[in-house]
Amino acid sequence: MSNRHPLFKPLIFVGGLVFGFGLGFSHMARPEVVVNFLLFEDLGLPFVMFGAAIVSGIAFALLPRIRETAPLTGNRYERRLKPFDRNVLIGGAIFGVGWGLSGICPGAAYASLGVGNITILWALAGMFLGAYAQGYWRSSRAERDSTAVNAD
Amino acid sequence: MVPDPVLLQAAADFFPNGISRYAVGGLLVGLGTVLIYVGTGIPAGASTFLESTLSYVSDQSRFQQYVASRDWRVLFTAGIILGALAFAATFQSGLITSPLYEPGTTGQLYEVAGVTLWTTDIQPWRLFLGGILVGIGTRVGKGCTSGHGVCGVGSASKTSLVGVLTFLTVAIGTAQVVAALGVSP
Repeated sequence: MSNRHPLFKPLIFVGGLVFGFGLGFSHMARPEVVVNFLLFEDLGLPFVMFGAAIVSGIAFALLPRIRETAPLTGNRYERRLKPFDRNVLIGGAIFGVGWGLSGICPGAAYASLGVGNITILWALAGMFLGAYAQGYWRSSRAERDSTAVNAD
Repeated sequence: MVPDPVLLQAAADFFPNGISRYAVGGLLVGLGTVLIYVGTGIPAGASTFLESTLSYVSDQSRFQQYVASRDWRVLFTAGIILGALAFAATFQSGLITSPLYEPGTTGQLYEVAGVTLWTTDIQPWRLFLGGILVGIGTRVGKGCTSGHGVCGVGSASKTSLVGVLTFLTVAIGTAQVVAALGVSP
């Protein structure tokens, strides 16, 4: 990690800028607009999520055919594939309740702060608290499990 | 060709703010993701930042696994915040106007140093409680709207498609129940 390309961090930052500008422009940084979608009062949201998925999907499909590895990291170009287990359903459902209640998701919450929404700090504080709670619980469970294995 | 009045009415009912701001915003979100992917091969999601940043203050193994990526994830998030601020300073402030951008009427606008900023009407308890569940759910469920919704769906990952279908369905049900209980805003 110490021998990262000097352009690695600038590129991440610029990518974040474009990403955040898009979240502002699309009004996903406004929880009201997300809630209005979930109540079927403004069906614009899928154009944001699937519009973004199509653009990134084209890159994910084409780049591995053009080049083997990424220029700034040497990482192989791979798609984002995660193994399926019931956590995807349990976590997805918990996320769904939170998203439906608040109209906010992580990326949109960061962008919401950028458009001036000071009140969103409540949501950000909640997200860190939630992430900490699940991490604390899963870390201690992992430790218990490894202790049990070692004891055998 | 004369536009069908029934179709026009349906468009006005379901898309009161048009679709262009959503489509253009989505393309930009995708472009940001692609820029990072082209240079680094990383399909970046937004919610890992929560755990990777906690590794600065907690020794829990669950957070320490993200130590290698925590510095650039802070930078990615700072970029998102400042990119949204750039939007606020331009389109939200009316400095730039475009037929592709519909300003809308949600929330409250206020001004600081000539920049039009925006704040939500949604009640703090909904944001806080919802935020806690989002923090738990995205990390247990292996991704959020950008990780599963943008990168995962863009990868045609079955796991992500199931994840998106799950949180979208549950979110619609939750929002409907919350509205039916008379909670607004």
